Amino acid sequence: MNPSIALSVEDLSFSYGGKKALAQVNFKIRPGECTVLLGPNGAGKSTLFSLITRLYDTRDGRIELCGFDIKRQTLLALAKLGVVFQQTTLDMDLTVMQNLRYHTSLHGMGRKQAAERIQQELERLNMYDRRFEKVRQLNGGHRRRVEIARALLHKPSVLLLDEPTVGLDVPSRLSIVEYVHRLAVEEKLAVLWASHLIDEIYPDDHLIVLHKGQVKANGTVDDVLEATNSPTIKDAFYTLTQGEQG
Amino acid sequence: MKLLHYWRAMWGIIWRELWRFVTQRERFISALVRPLVWLFVFAAGFRAALGLAITPPYETYILYEVYITPGLIGMIQLFNGMQSSLSMVYDREMGSMRILMVCPLPRWFLLLSKLLAGTGVSILQAYVFLAIAWFYDIQAPWQGYLWVMPALLLSGLMLGALGLLLSSFIKQLENFAGVMNFVIFPMFFMSTALYPLWKIKESSALLYNLAQYNPFSQAVELIRFALYGQFNSHAFIYTFAAFIVFMAAAIIGYNPSKGMMMRKGGA
Repeated sequence: MNPSIALSVEDLSFSYGGKKALAQVNFKIRPGECTVLLGPNGAGKSTLFSLITRLYDTRDGRIELCGFDIKRQTLLALAKLGVVFQQTTLDMDLTVMQNLRYHTSLHGMGRKQAAERIQQELERLNMYDRRFEKVRQLNGGHRRRVEIARALLHKPSVLLLDEPTVGLDVPSRLSIVEYVHRLAVEEKLAVLWASHLIDEIYPDDHLIVLHKGQVKANGTVDDVLEATNSPTIKDAFYTLTQGEQG
Repeated sequence: MKLLHYWRAMWGIIWRELWRFVTQRERFISALVRPLVWLFVFAAGFRAALGLAITPPYETYILYEVYITPGLIGMIQLFNGMQSSLSMVYDREMGSMRILMVCPLPRWFLLLSKLLAGTGVSILQAYVFLAIAWFYDIQAPWQGYLWVMPALLLSGLMLGALGLLLSSFIKQLENFAGVMNFVIFPMFFMSTALYPLWKIKESSALLYNLAQYNPFSQAVELIRFALYGQFNSHAFIYTFAAFIVFMAAAIIGYNPSKGMMMRKGGA
C-alpha cells in the first residue's frame, strides 16, 4: 500500500453488452489533490463512478481505494469513500438531521459521535440552523450542501462528486466549487470531481480528460495545455474531444 | 465493534422505513382501506353464498368474514411486500438506493435489513387491521394475537423477499404495473385466502393444485392457525423454504458481479 495514492485505477475496461464504455483507463489520485474528470456527456464518467463505488463489478482492470482492492476488500475500500451522486439522493420527506442520522447509522456511528460530526459538517456549510427543516423545503444549492456534508460525515479519504453542480444557479455553483477545492487542501482529501463544465477547473487542479471511454489527457492543467499546444482549457478540451463539447 | 455497526445500520434502516410509513398518512390509510373494503363489502356479500364446513383450526361453524380475515392479513403483507419493492425500484431510479449500496456493509445484510424494515411496517398494518376487525366482532382467542406475531414475521419476510427479487428484475417504475397483473392478483386469487382448499377442489383440480403449491396459501394458513393458537408445521416449513429461495435469488439479483444490475445499467 502506497500512502501517497488515495485512488488508483489500473487498466480498467468495461462494456455494456457489446458496447465499450471504458477502455484501458489508468490514473492515480493523491491526498490533498483535486482532480477534475472532464468529459462530454456519454464519455463514461458515470460508468467509472459506478465501478469505483462497486455498483458495477470490475471485470477487467483494478481499482484500489487507499490500498484496498474494491473487488476483494470491498467493505474496507468503501469505508474510505464519500460520494455525491449526480441525482439528489436525499429523502425529501425527512429533515436534514434525519437524513444525516440515517447516513451515520449506516456507517455505524454512535449518537454522540454522530451529533458532533453532523454539527461540524453543517456548520462549515452554514446549514446547521436549518437542520430541522425538511429537505423538500430547501433549494437545489442547499440540498447539494447537505449531500456534501453527508458524504464527509464518516471522514472519508476520497471524495467522489458526479457533476454535483448540474442544475444549480451560478452563485450556488461557485460556492460549492470553492468549498470542495478548499476541503481538498485543508482536510487532505483526495477529490475526484466529474464535470463537463470547464469553468469549474482551478489552475492548480489535476485534470483527466475522458472521451468515448478513453483517457485523452492526464496531468496538471499546465501539462494538458502544453501537450495540446492550447492557450486555454476550452481549446485543449476541444482539441482532445474533436469538437464534441457537452 | 463490528457487531455494533451492523446493529446501528439495521436499526437506522428500520427506523427510516417506519418513520416514512407513519408520516405518510395517505399510505397508512390506503393500506388499511383495501382489506377493510374486502371485509365489510365483499365478505358480507358472500356470507350467504358460501357455506363453510368445520375445518381446522376452527372448532365450530364460522362466518365467511372470520374465514377471510387471515387471508386479508396475507393480502396486506402481499401488497406491502410489493410496495416495498416498488419503492426500491423508485429509490433506484431516483438514486437513493445508491447511498445504501455504497455503505461499507455486505449487500446481503443491507437487503435483509431493508426486508425486515418492510416486514415491520406490514406487521404494524396487520395489527391495526386486526384491531378494527375485533370491533367488527371478528375475535380470535387473546393468545392468538401473540402467536400470530412470529407467523406475521415469517410470512412478511417471505412476501417481502419475493418483492425484493422482483425489484432486482424490474428496470423501470412503469414496468411495475405488470407485477400487479402477473404476481399479486394470481397469487391472491389462486390461494386459500378467499376459499378453503376443499372448496377449490370441488370446482377445479388444476386450481386446487395451483393453490396448494402457492407459497401465499401456505403463508395465509400459517397466519390462520397461529391466530387460533395452533402451529401448522407444514405451512411453516413451506413458507420458510420459500423465504430462503426468494431471498437467495434476490441477493444474487443485487450482486454486482452476478446479478441483473450489470445488464440494467443502474443500481
